[in-house]
Amino acid sequence: MRYLPLTPDDRARMLGVIGAPDVDALFVDVPAAARGAAFDLPPHAGEMEVERALAALAAKNRAAGAGPFFCGAGAYRHHVPASVDHIIQRSEFLTSYTPYQPEIAQGTLQVLFEFQTQVAALTGLEVANASMYDGSTACAEAVMMAQRVTRREKAILCGGLHPHYAQVTQTIAHAEGMEIVRQPAAIDPGDTVIAAIDDQTACVVVQTPNVFGVVTDVSKIAEAAHAKGALLVVVTTEAVSCGLLKSPGEMGADIAVAEGQSIGNALNFGGPYVGLFAAREKLVRQMPGRLCGETVDAEGRRGYVLTLSTREQHIRREKATSNICTNSGLCALAFSIHLSLLGGAGLRRLALINHSRARELADAVKGAGLEVLTPRFFNEIAVRTPGPAAALVDALLADGIVAGVPFSRLDPAAGLDDVLLLAATETTTSEDIAALAAALARRSGR
Amino acid sequence: MTMNTVGRPTRPDAAAEAAAAPASLTGGRGLLQDEPLIFERGGWGKTGVDLPAPAHDAADLAGFVRDEVALPGLSEPETLRHYVRLSQKNHAIDLALYPLGSCTMKHNPRLNEKAARMAGFADLHPLQPAATVQGALELMDRLAHWLKTLTGMPAVALSPKAGAHGELCGLLCIKAAHEAAGQGQRRTVLVPTSAHGTNPATAAFVGYSVAEIAQTDDGRVDLADLAAKLGPDVAAIMVTNPNTCGLFERDIMEIARLAHEAGAYFYCDGANFNAIVGRVKPGDLGVDAMHINLHKTFSTPHGGGGPGAGPVVLSEALAPFAPAPWVVAGADGFQLAEQPAGEAAQAFGRMCAFHGQMGMFVRAYAYMLSHGADGLRQVAEDAVLNANYIKARLSGALTPAFPDGPCMHEALFDDAWLEGTGVTTLDFAKAMIDEGFHPMTMYFPLVVHGAMLIEPTETESLRELDRFCDALLALAQAAKAGDAERFKAAPVLAPMRRLDETLAARKPKLAWRPEAETG
Amino acid sequence: MRFTKDHEWVELDGDVATIGITAHAAEQLGDVVFVETPEVGKQVKAGDAFAVVESVKAASDVYAPISGEVVEANPELDSAPETVNASPEAGGWFAKVKVSDPAQFEALMDRDAYEAFLQTQ
Repeated sequence: MRYLPLTPDDRARMLGVIGAPDVDALFVDVPAAARGAAFDLPPHAGEMEVERALAALAAKNRAAGAGPFFCGAGAYRHHVPASVDHIIQRSEFLTSYTPYQPEIAQGTLQVLFEFQTQVAALTGLEVANASMYDGSTACAEAVMMAQRVTRREKAILCGGLHPHYAQVTQTIAHAEGMEIVRQPAAIDPGDTVIAAIDDQTACVVVQTPNVFGVVTDVSKIAEAAHAKGALLVVVTTEAVSCGLLKSPGEMGADIAVAEGQSIGNALNFGGPYVGLFAAREKLVRQMPGRLCGETVDAEGRRGYVLTLSTREQHIRREKATSNICTNSGLCALAFSIHLSLLGGAGLRRLALINHSRARELADAVKGAGLEVLTPRFFNEIAVRTPGPAAALVDALLADGIVAGVPFSRLDPAAGLDDVLLLAATETTTSEDIAALAAALARRSGR
Repeated sequence: MTMNTVGRPTRPDAAAEAAAAPASLTGGRGLLQDEPLIFERGGWGKTGVDLPAPAHDAADLAGFVRDEVALPGLSEPETLRHYVRLSQKNHAIDLALYPLGSCTMKHNPRLNEKAARMAGFADLHPLQPAATVQGALELMDRLAHWLKTLTGMPAVALSPKAGAHGELCGLLCIKAAHEAAGQGQRRTVLVPTSAHGTNPATAAFVGYSVAEIAQTDDGRVDLADLAAKLGPDVAAIMVTNPNTCGLFERDIMEIARLAHEAGAYFYCDGANFNAIVGRVKPGDLGVDAMHINLHKTFSTPHGGGGPGAGPVVLSEALAPFAPAPWVVAGADGFQLAEQPAGEAAQAFGRMCAFHGQMGMFVRAYAYMLSHGADGLRQVAEDAVLNANYIKARLSGALTPAFPDGPCMHEALFDDAWLEGTGVTTLDFAKAMIDEGFHPMTMYFPLVVHGAMLIEPTETESLRELDRFCDALLALAQAAKAGDAERFKAAPVLAPMRRLDETLAARKPKLAWRPEAETG
Repeated sequence: MRFTKDHEWVELDGDVATIGITAHAAEQLGDVVFVETPEVGKQVKAGDAFAVVESVKAASDVYAPISGEVVEANPELDSAPETVNASPEAGGWFAKVKVSDPAQFEALMDRDAYEAFLQTQ
């Protein structure tokens, strides 16, 4: 077995040193009734055979890049520079553990410090943590953090929040005892949430661009929330939009969470992704997750350590701010490398290209006779379809086009079966858009 | 006040500062470059990505647009230099043994990396039509089959993103099952004192109160104490097996029986599954729910702290409550049940935005196929053999916490042998760094004084094990010979000396800021 | 000054009690990096966790040795938590509480009793 270095001779020698007659003697504490388990599974296989089996499974899928492709709704297909994937496969990053021994983990720690700084800059807030599992769990954690800060139990989720984010937040924060008020799905709810904020409200959660692609200025919601002593949590599922749109911090957010997959990470069928989490500095001790901070070593040289760890489960146990332990370190590294390559200037241009592509897409869809429902968008639009959006997506598949996400797939109960979510990124070509427009025109009978 | 004095000194002490290493003229140490932050090397307004000019502007978003984000950019060669220089300051499994107990730092096969990057897996959107992702869903179904077979459990929830997330998932299943049975008054979770911190943290997270179960002198759950604490208020017990002392709970079936008799569920923390994979089925032991860290037992890389993956296997009683989405096999192929409706009507909710850590599923499945049933059994046997070999070789010099009987996949020592040397567990661990090894898990479990928990895993050769044991024996001899100075100063040969954690925590500096702002 | 088995001290001035942690506790904790003091106006019961003291290695609850209403929290601890190490039984006080039942004070250990208690630990 190619991954197991011990030889039969080694094993015999080692048993001799241990003073055990055979390896079974080491499993003596296993109850007799549980010994001798049989497993109906195949035997070991060579690298070539395993690769062949996996390639056969991979071949049964239609990769996003195989043709025109318009899915977004929380995960976005972007180009990732080749150097990003090369660097994250370096042994020292790939095969290292959480940096609990800072003397021999400065590589990872400095990366985390840089990552936190980048996330703070993107969100316009002062402090960011070293990552969460993904945007949706970061959203749930933000709601629970608001509960700790305000000591209030109610969270209001706006109607433009990604339904899966709302479900995750309901599942996790409700289990913790919070009351989660979810407003009905609405394409452009604007400031309507303000009426629901009262002095029992811990936080309001608003997504921008929202799940329908609508760009919202949340400043008024922030003011209204603060007037009632509540926090504003701003959610972003498309991190590239942070290069162009007003930052959550600028609009008055107290906590900003985002899905960071768009920068540096592949689609991966939904994971692993990287949750971004930032907040106002005064709230730092209520933040979940790991934090990396600057300090000095015994010779006075600058270095980095995990800090404020008394908030965390391994010390605070049942009183921890969160139970999170493993996070998304390597995805955060990929995010940070990609953003280091881009810089603010490159991110701006990337964001403008995304927006530009989406404008082309919106024009083409209108040209095909469909109504665009999103008044202001970044790189994603909601479109009214002639019949159920899901049926249209199935039909266009026959044309070789993956025509976005029917909203009904995310929230079947919302009564928005004729709403289709379409995204364009820098990887979308004019030919892709033309093909979609032509197919839409054909399918909708024009 | 509560007093927890078990822990670690947090500042380099004065003795350490005396032994400064000779310095270079420019700050680096030979090939170890002194690498500034990306924010300190110019690059403002620069970009290392060539992008075409956009066809349209953003005039339609007037009033919604920010200033350019203030971040520097790097060209590709500068990027490589920066990250390669940083990488060289990290320890890694590919460099040497990484003996962190209960962390299972084993070799990460590169075939797995290659497979996960196949376009048919990596370039799949989670919301593509099911017809376009049949291979991905089949892989999830196959992975589920292996996990169920290896654990002897009838169901598995794949979506949890790490071990602690899996614990949360398992406890939420248990909570849902109790509520469905009108047993919502069960609000207590029993956790042994030796448990990992995520166990009580997770129980508290779902609103349960936590009560501790005492431990016997031989490092196992105290059955009498457990029986006394079980009652109509107890929702579940959370027991790690093999436990965090590296021991198999001999009475595990009795523990399960007592819990079930009292109407509680048995949650097993599967962090140490590597010791028994392919040899023992947790389902045979009476487990109701157990998370499996794919980043431990099934070799997906730790990546400097993640990502992980924490699927949870479930008993018949808990299976209906598993969170969405479910992979469902039907006549027309595989589908995803994404809403709590239909066959998933009792699902307690949703753990994350999509279907879990697909990238980790591919890696773990490749690992399973590579090993097969026979190879996985060998994994457990070699992992246990290696740990017992270390225990046997070191026991003359170090004091094993539980000398009688074999350990499982990790060997636990206490600090009794250091008494009178002036050297602490922490000092000893830091001195290991100078010998080229990552320290073992220290001061955990809390039930053993000055604990040193060593888990070698099965992917270490006898030669590496001997190198490691020789180094520890040499260090032990130095400690006993009165060479405390070496330990107090250590590490002196690492990229950094001991760091001042007190300073970091008292005046937290969590992001770089331009000089002008920090004043 | 009176003491608890949980290593808090109390000094009573009229009906206002000043509360902190003992020199022994401060030494055991090591470098204190953060103190979460109670909110002014909060009603506390003897035995309730009413403050948190953090060193790098541990976060510990501090229990109210005496019941009453918090009337002042030590503002210095926000910016200089190290005061707890430097002056645990004077400048490093945590909070002042307007006492509702002065008899509780009398029931606590005096210094000799506390010193004797430490010997048994």
